[in-house]
Amino acid sequence: MNKLELLEFLEDNARLTPEEIAVMLQTDPGEVRRVIQELEENKTILKYITLVDWEKAGEEKVSALIEVRITPQRDVGFDAVARRISRFPEVRSVRLMSGAYDLAVFIEGRTMREVSHFVATKLATIEGVVSTTTHFVLKTYKQDGVIVDDGEEDRRLMVTP
Amino acid sequence: MNKTWCERINPVVRDIPPSGIRRFFDMVAETRGVISLGVGEPDFVTPWHIREACIYSLEKGYTMYTSNSGLLELRCAIARDLAGTYGVFYDPRSEILVTVGVSQALDLALRALVCPGDEVLIPEPSYVSYAPTVMLAGGKVVSLPTGTEQGFCLRAHQVEAAITPRTKLLLLCYPNNPTGAVLDRKTLLEIAEVAVAHDLIVISDEIYDKLTYVGQHTCVASLPGMKERTVLLNGFSKSYAMTGWRVGYACGNADFIAAMTKIHQYTMLCAPITAQMAALEALKNGRPAMERMVREYNRRRHVVLHAFRDMGLPCFEPKGAFYAFPEIRVTGLTSEEFAEALLQEEKVAVVPGNAFGPSGEGFVRCSYAASLEDLGEALRRMAQLVRRLGVRPRVISTPPKSHPPREAGMSAAGGVSS
Repeated sequence: MNKLELLEFLEDNARLTPEEIAVMLQTDPGEVRRVIQELEENKTILKYITLVDWEKAGEEKVSALIEVRITPQRDVGFDAVARRISRFPEVRSVRLMSGAYDLAVFIEGRTMREVSHFVATKLATIEGVVSTTTHFVLKTYKQDGVIVDDGEEDRRLMVTP
Repeated sequence: MNKTWCERINPVVRDIPPSGIRRFFDMVAETRGVISLGVGEPDFVTPWHIREACIYSLEKGYTMYTSNSGLLELRCAIARDLAGTYGVFYDPRSEILVTVGVSQALDLALRALVCPGDEVLIPEPSYVSYAPTVMLAGGKVVSLPTGTEQGFCLRAHQVEAAITPRTKLLLLCYPNNPTGAVLDRKTLLEIAEVAVAHDLIVISDEIYDKLTYVGQHTCVASLPGMKERTVLLNGFSKSYAMTGWRVGYACGNADFIAAMTKIHQYTMLCAPITAQMAALEALKNGRPAMERMVREYNRRRHVVLHAFRDMGLPCFEPKGAFYAFPEIRVTGLTSEEFAEALLQEEKVAVVPGNAFGPSGEGFVRCSYAASLEDLGEALRRMAQLVRRLGVRPRVISTPPKSHPPREAGMSAAGGVSS
């Protein structure tokens, strides 16, 4: 069975059942279940999540991209500081970047004040962090491959030859 | 006025029977909450890079006529594509004509070729426009019925048996609308042999060529001795999800393309430049997006076939296009009765098979150019009807899920294009 294709299906829609996947991959559900379990166990599949439009749900959320410059340490490079930052639950993602800064850190909070407070007291004070630049998100147009409020609907006629 | 309009209308036009499914079209338009598997076009919107290139061409001011034959750059790209994919070489300066979809290409080819009373062989079930277009050109349609026992594939002996002194051409469409059948190379070679032996012209509508899921598509013009007697028609509608752009092309003998171009220049002038610019972008950079769509159709193909098997409807395996053609005789209903019941009782639209000729009776055409969610829900509803009609399901393999149906009001006009 093609594992990559299986992962592609699940990445697009985690709610597909093994039976449904088996039909599309022309294999049997038992085999799909076995491979999924294997991928879960070896942490290829990290988690099944739901993409939520929080604005529509009526929840106020503030998110920010923080450019973080850090001093790499002997033996561990950027890893130790990056892992330390990653442990804060406010931090949604941490990525090592090429270019003018080192880490791109995405933070989510309830208010701007909460986010700035976190940056000033928690993030900037970590040993090894040289500087931070905070960019607040004003509007999300596309997230994880999904266009928010797409407006593109099925405009085809109901029956065509 | 002494004469009514009806009396003045050209009898050839007057006598063309109205589309057999017109009444059904109207019924679908009137029903709300319908999930439609009756649509003969991709559910994907044209890939963004193609739309974006078209917008850029408008910004740059490409709003004028092109050469009658179409933009030379586009013809060169078409020639390269055909040479690369099928090893068929056409001279972009004299052997390719860009048209307003394959529909216009077919009309031009028939008008340039058919003399009054000439016979045109058409495998059936067939796309609804073929027969009327032949009649408008003054030709006589000779249907070659195909069925499940031959996998809806035309056989060489059928062609041979239908040939008379008036037979001028054979019109092929594989992968096929409505059945999804493809012709393998061996069968095509046998048909080609008959065409050569009887000096027939072959018009091959290969609009679904890229949507071949099992084996490889064989281009009729690539067979030995066939390029010189084939008019190859293709376009961008299905492979690049560009139906509404109306752009296609015809390739063939230079003298014949010149004759088609003569009609084209007086009646159409040229295909719209905006659509030609988009088509050029599709050929230059469209392959990855096209391959993604083909993979997606193939997955749905498996889903649909599996569902028909489960509900107890026999369905031969369609290897191309995006249609399945299940047999509904086991329900005891005719194609139209079944389609009507499905629409009224379960709010799912499919096209009755007899719309594609008498040999389509006993079948319905289900397009799987629909999202997996819509497809799943439509198939579940169809299974309910089939069970009520007394057909024993094989097994129930997927648990029921509910999805909101696509509203009838979403369609642009609620009407029909044909």
